[in-house]
Formats: sequence, structure tokens, C-alpha cells
Amino acid sequence: MLGTTILLSLREIRRHILRSILTTLGIIIGVAAVVTMVTLGNGVTASVQEEISSLGASNFIIFPVRTTRGTIRPFDDADVRAVSQQIAGVQLAAGSVSARTTAFYNGQDWDTSVEGGTNDLLEAQSIKIEEGRAFTADEVEAGKNVCLLGLKVREAIFPVGSSPLGAQMRLGDVSCEVIGVMEERGQGGGGSDDDDAVFMPLKTVQRRFRGNENLDYFVVKYDAAYSASVIQDSLVALLRERRLLQGEEPNDFNVIDTAQVNQALGAATGALTAMVAVIASISLLVGGIGIMNIMLVSVTERTREIGIRLAIGALAREVRLQFLTEAVVLCALGGLVGIALGFVASFGLAAAIDVPFVFDPVINLVSFLFAAGMGIVFGYYPASRASKLDPIDALRHE
Amino acid sequence: MTEAPLIQLEGITKTFGSGAAAFQALKGVDMTIERGEFVAVMGPSGSGKSTTMNILGCLDVPTGGVFRFRGVEVQKLDRDQRSLLRRRYLGFVFQGFNLLARTTALENVELPLLYRGESKSKRREAAMHALDQVGLVPWADHTPAELSGGQQQRVAIARALVTQPDVLLADEPTGNLDSERSVEIMELLRRLNAEGITILMVTHEEDMAAYAKTIVRFRDGLVERIDRGAKAAEGHPA
Repeated sequence: MLGTTILLSLREIRRHILRSILTTLGIIIGVAAVVTMVTLGNGVTASVQEEISSLGASNFIIFPVRTTRGTIRPFDDADVRAVSQQIAGVQLAAGSVSARTTAFYNGQDWDTSVEGGTNDLLEAQSIKIEEGRAFTADEVEAGKNVCLLGLKVREAIFPVGSSPLGAQMRLGDVSCEVIGVMEERGQGGGGSDDDDAVFMPLKTVQRRFRGNENLDYFVVKYDAAYSASVIQDSLVALLRERRLLQGEEPNDFNVIDTAQVNQALGAATGALTAMVAVIASISLLVGGIGIMNIMLVSVTERTREIGIRLAIGALAREVRLQFLTEAVVLCALGGLVGIALGFVASFGLAAAIDVPFVFDPVINLVSFLFAAGMGIVFGYYPASRASKLDPIDALRHE
Repeated sequence: MTEAPLIQLEGITKTFGSGAAAFQALKGVDMTIERGEFVAVMGPSGSGKSTTMNILGCLDVPTGGVFRFRGVEVQKLDRDQRSLLRRRYLGFVFQGFNLLARTTALENVELPLLYRGESKSKRREAAMHALDQVGLVPWADHTPAELSGGQQQRVAIARALVTQPDVLLADEPTGNLDSERSVEIMELLRRLNAEGITILMVTHEEDMAAYAKTIVRFRDGLVERIDRGAKAAEGHPA
């Protein structure tokens, strides 16, 4: 019976195909919007999380900021050593500098950046070596001319299929030996591409590219068993002391907790998703009213049919079920079209704004069920009106 | 006959509206119809014949009186219970055919079986049998728009027959047909009656009423006269 009723509904919908499409447009758009935004939101979250994990999961990033007097006082290696030795719960601290440069190899050249750091920095930032090896203690200590390639740089100037290990390449006017290739890191902070970089010992970059012993920032990795805020407090206190900041003077540096950044970004994405959900539900509400309207029209148009069905012995609930089924089938079809549209749109947009396409079966299922549920909510009144018609009047209806 | 009559009306009244605008369509109708009868209900417009047919068809309930169908007091049943009576024991044929548009003859005939929950294969089989009874098997796949009036009415009769009802109620079945088609339909009804089905038919054409075994004449909400057997057959074309 239900199977036959569904087939009947499909036929009725096909008979009024244009009307059916126009009617379900609200639902199609609503569902497509929800699916697209949630899928894109997931993509953004995924890419942000990837970025966060590239910063390290429970890390502080400390960098100097311009004071009111307009000066910047950079940190140096002594600050890093003090932090790692004097604060309980700190597992390691590692400084970082970078500079723009051009990489040359075998007649090819590629504008990129060179980053200086130690093996500790690699560890703090969760950078893995895909091929070759990390620095030796001697290479770090002496500031040797050895380097780790980012994937983009390798692709740009090294021949495909050959190992770059052991090759002598040039960065600006510095010659260096390739000792390893870094694993893919993905998008970095501020839209930079972390794979488009060459990694060298800290001292090498300081001496050969920067000409001083300053750091751009340093990373502090802490033991997650300790309270982040306690560590942050002692960190700030120690650095203020080392920088001779008096009582009321503001900090001339910034401490960022990556865990907090993670939470903040998550909250921002959540707020955006909630906003889209509200907009989409308005669209769905309008769509639902459209469904109710068209079902009322349909009941009126088919009054005679209802009369015939009642006369030959249909029960009130059977007539109600028929019209309810029709509304649900209509909405469910709208939901399916919306999901398909949302799939295509989110796939395209994800590529356009360069975030991963993360298919979420839950949101697809939920929006489908929601659309079908709209059929029940907005189809019930027209269906129940149909079922209450008087068979004699309905048969006389012109 | 020892068992209860198929249909028994006792003092049936029906009032439409209320207060000053109230109109009493039936003023106390008594009538008994046995199994196997072919009854023509006649009378001028407003005489109460259609109201009576609606009550007999369990589509409407009387305001007063007792209507027993197979011994069951119909006026005490609710809407759905009356639907079940129609589904099981009654078949309807209307003046305007009332077929579902854009739906094939076969599907129209299958419709009542759908509400009986019959399987698809059984529906098909029974519907083809009913179409065979009205001689329309070759037209099974045609929609009402592709059929003549007479053919449409035969589809409607097949639809009424498909559930093998006890009673076939026909409301002016030839009202929209020319005389040749009308005779065709009446011959069909007479044949079905001969096969055992009870037929109640409203008509205002004496020619058509002449096919019935009994003629009930209405006037002003009351039964004026009942002509039975040979008297009803007077002037029969056959």
C-alpha cells in the first residue's frame, strides 16, 4: 500500500513537473546552502587544524611587538635558554628566523624563504623528515651550510624522480648541501605556504642571511600535564624581568597559546555555521510554506478524485496518508536535489578557496531527513483537510 | 426468506440546515429491498431520491429512522466504519462516470482493490476479469480521455464490480449518454443482475426504469408508489 502510494505521488509530481520544481525550490536552496556551508566549514576547520598542528599542539609562540616608543626589541638565544632552563613544565624552547632568498640548482631558480632553527624547532613544530636526516649537533653548533628542502622547492628546481640528497644547491650567495626533504606541511599562518621553504641551522641563517643574532620568534613546548596559564604567567614574568620592564610598563612582546588559537578558531567557525543555519532555516521555512500552499491547491484541484476514493471505501487516514506521502516525497526529492547541488557547490567552492573538501555524511543525512520532515509538518494540514472532505460534496465538485 | 432483508429503511427522515432555513428532504421513508433485486428509483427533482441513494450508499446518514444494511444499523456507524461497508459490499456508478483522469482504465478498475490491500498480481487479475465482464479488455491501457462516454461508463461499472459487491448503486448511469449507449449500459446492468448482483439505480427516464424489476417512485420526500414484477415490466422494450 505504501509502495503504491509513493508511486502514485511520484506520478502526480511528474504530471506537474514545473510546479513541483518551483515549489521545492525553497527546500532545494535551503538544503543546498546548509550542505555547502557545513562542508566548507568543515574544510576550513580541517585546514585550520592542520595549520595549528603545524604550530604544535600545546605550544606558546613568543614574539616581540612594537612598543609605544616605536622600537622593537628582538629576542635572542639567551632568552630561549633562560626559558627552557628556568621554567618548570617547559619541555623545550627553540628560536626561529627567516629571510627571503632565491634558490638555485642546475640552472633553475625559485624565489622562496629560508628558515633557521634547530632540531628542537623541527620537533616543536611537528616537522617530519621524509627523506634523508635532520641536523647533527655539530651542524647546529657550528652553523654548517646544510639544508632541508620543502616539497615545493624540491618540485620547483630539482628534476622529477631523482633524489636531491647530497646535492649542492645555492641559496642567494650561500652554497649548501641538501641533507633531507621535509614532509608536506600545508598552509601556514597568514596564507604563506610552509612547503615553499628551505630549512637551515639557526646560526647559519642568522650569520649568512640576517647578519645578527636576533630571533623572529621562539616556540615553547610545554608538558600538557602542567597548567598552561601558570606556565604562561611565569614565562611573562621571566621575560619582563630579562627585559627590565618596570611595574606598569606594558609587555613589549606577545605570547600566543596555540591551544587557545585552536579554540578561538573553532568558536569562530561554529558561530559562522550557526549563522548560516539560521539563514538556511528561514529559506526552509519559506519553502515549507510553499509546499503547504501547493498541497492546498492540489487538494482543491483533486476534490473530485478524493470524493471518488472516499466513495469506493477509502478511510480518512488513507486519504490523509496519500497526500502526506505526496508532500513528503516532494520534499524528500527537493532534499536530494539540494544535497546534490550542495555537493557540487561545496566541491567547486572548496577548490576555489583552497580548503580541503571534507564530505560529511551526517549533515547530508540530517538535511535529507529534515527536508522529508518538512513534508510531514507542512503537508499535514492540507492532507488532513483532504481527509475530512464530505464524499457527497466532493463528488459534486466541479 | 428467513434471513434479514438486504436493505431495510424504517421511517427515514433527513433534514438539511437548521432553524428557519431547515429543509426536510425525506419525511419518513419505509422501504425493503431483498437480495437479487433490480430497483429503479424515480421521481422529480427535489423529491428525495438522491438523498435516499446517498443514505443507501452509506455516504450520508439519516436524521431520523433506522437504516439496516445486512442487519447492521448504519445510522449508528461512524465515518470510517461506513467507509468499510462501502469498501466491502457496495459498488458505485455515477452519472458523470467519475474516473480518475490520466489514469488507465485498468488502473481505475484496480483502485478499490488498492484499499483492500490486495497484491499487485491479484489486483491485475481481478481488474482484467471485471473489464472482461464489461467487454473492455482491449481498452485496458487507455485513459478516460481516449474512451467514448459509453466506454467510460463501462469502465466505471467494471470498477464497481471488481470487488464483487452485494449491491451496485447507480446514480443516473445513462444520464450523460445517447440512447444507443444507454441501452448498452442497461443491458449490461440487467445481465449483471441476472448473475446475482442487487442493483439500485436512480433515473428519471421511464425507458431506463423499465429494465428494473421494481420501480420506487418518490414525491415530496416520501415513497409515492412501489411497482413490482410484471407491473414494472409494462412497456418493457424486450
